[in-house]
Amino acid sequence: MKYVDEFRDPEKARSLLKEINRLVTEIDTCKDRPIYIMEVCGGHTHSIFRYGIEGMLPKEIELIHGPGCPVCVLPMGRVDDCVALAEMPGTIFTTFGDAMRVPGSKKSLLQAKADGADVRMVYSPLDALQLAKENPDKEVVFFGLGFETTMPSTAFTVLQAKKDGINNFSLFCNHITIIPTVKAILDSPDMQIDGFLGPGHVSMVIGTRPYEFIASHYKRPLVVAGFEPLDVLHSVWMVLMQIVEGRAEIENQYARIVPDEGNDEALAAVAEVFELREFFEWRGLGSIDHSGVRMRKEFVAFDAERKFTVPDIKIADPKSCQCGEVLKGVIKPFDCKVFGKACTPETPLGALMVSSEGACAAYYQYGDPARMRELEKA
Amino acid sequence: MCLGIPGQVVEISDATRKLAMVDVSGIKREVNLACIVNEDHTLDECIGDWVLVHVGFAMSRIDEKEAALTMEVLRELGEAQEEIEAMRLSGQR
Ligand code: SF4
Repeated sequence: MKYVDEFRDPEKARSLLKEINRLVTEIDTCKDRPIYIMEVCGGHTHSIFRYGIEGMLPKEIELIHGPGCPVCVLPMGRVDDCVALAEMPGTIFTTFGDAMRVPGSKKSLLQAKADGADVRMVYSPLDALQLAKENPDKEVVFFGLGFETTMPSTAFTVLQAKKDGINNFSLFCNHITIIPTVKAILDSPDMQIDGFLGPGHVSMVIGTRPYEFIASHYKRPLVVAGFEPLDVLHSVWMVLMQIVEGRAEIENQYARIVPDEGNDEALAAVAEVFELREFFEWRGLGSIDHSGVRMRKEFVAFDAERKFTVPDIKIADPKSCQCGEVLKGVIKPFDCKVFGKACTPETPLGALMVSSEGACAAYYQYGDPARMRELEKA
Repeated sequence: MCLGIPGQVVEISDATRKLAMVDVSGIKREVNLACIVNEDHTLDECIGDWVLVHVGFAMSRIDEKEAALTMEVLRELGEAQEEIEAMRLSGQR
């Protein structure tokens, strides 16, 4: 955790904080309960904890750490499917490093590798395609996961594989899409969210227009935010300004990276390769309609799900895990019975403990911001 | 994984596949430029561009100042090292 003095521009940070403190006194809701602001993106969660931003904000503001870490929301059954694919003879299973330690019902990919499966970490799906070229006698499967930020990369890779006629390459598609997810959160009865910090890099692909319904239908402000600590403070201030002025709009604090219209080239590739699934299963959140994509039938030959048989069994989250409640902001990570005991970053039970973008790992590493705030005042 | 990392386009390595060498903090690797190339900005015009690289794809053009700022934040988050390591080790056993 850092202090304001260590920020790149402490003056600006201080004046933003002063403004934020003033604004909360003008919001009536704050007299009864805190204002809840959800950051949808795991990158923001990481930044918020690393810089101790929550501890700097007045107690009238509570940040809810949303489901925006793709590794954290991966259900156990999908990890089991990965392990099954990886353990097929003659297979090289490739994945981003983040997914290696996510627990399945029996083992993680890392354990599968220790047991002899050929699992390799790659930096890019292009590297998996290259491996397929170099190993024509092996089947190379790439584990595609992530929101709209990573979708174009796998779409372009599949298009390239098709063009180059590389038939021993396939994608195990677990991409998820942000809009239905935010909608499910807004429709959930145990949720009270007053405003959102919108994901920066997802928006770089999809633009800001797909969020319009959040303002028009749900009357909640959303500010697309950058990752720098000043960006986050600035965006919180923008959300509060909207609330004070009784507005609900989609604003773009990160316009230096995010064009309102998104990235046409990326969106075209995504649309060519993927189509919406009827529903997709999330860890902790259950099934959400249209929240995932699969490959179009023109790409069957590159679709690991159709090319091979995956077990596709639904595995309930372990009873002791309360990841779902944490994801929805109903409980704080340390309220989970196994937090810091059976579940630590070294031995994660739930996925929120695996990645630095997961709320539980962040709390474990940086502590509880509310308590920090108390300590600071004492 | 979701944050990406800034780099500078050095040369085009495979024009038909829109691939270019990008320098990320001294590490050079091949990156796909398909998302930043269009009629208004051709492949050759990309040389010298600062870009945000995301799992091997340049996702947007950024200015040099933004690149430096982003790199600084990534270093502080401990993610710059992770990304660069992943780039370096990619595909190895
Ligand atoms: S402590 Fe572990 S099991 Fe509990 S919510 Fe967090 S990640 Fe899930």
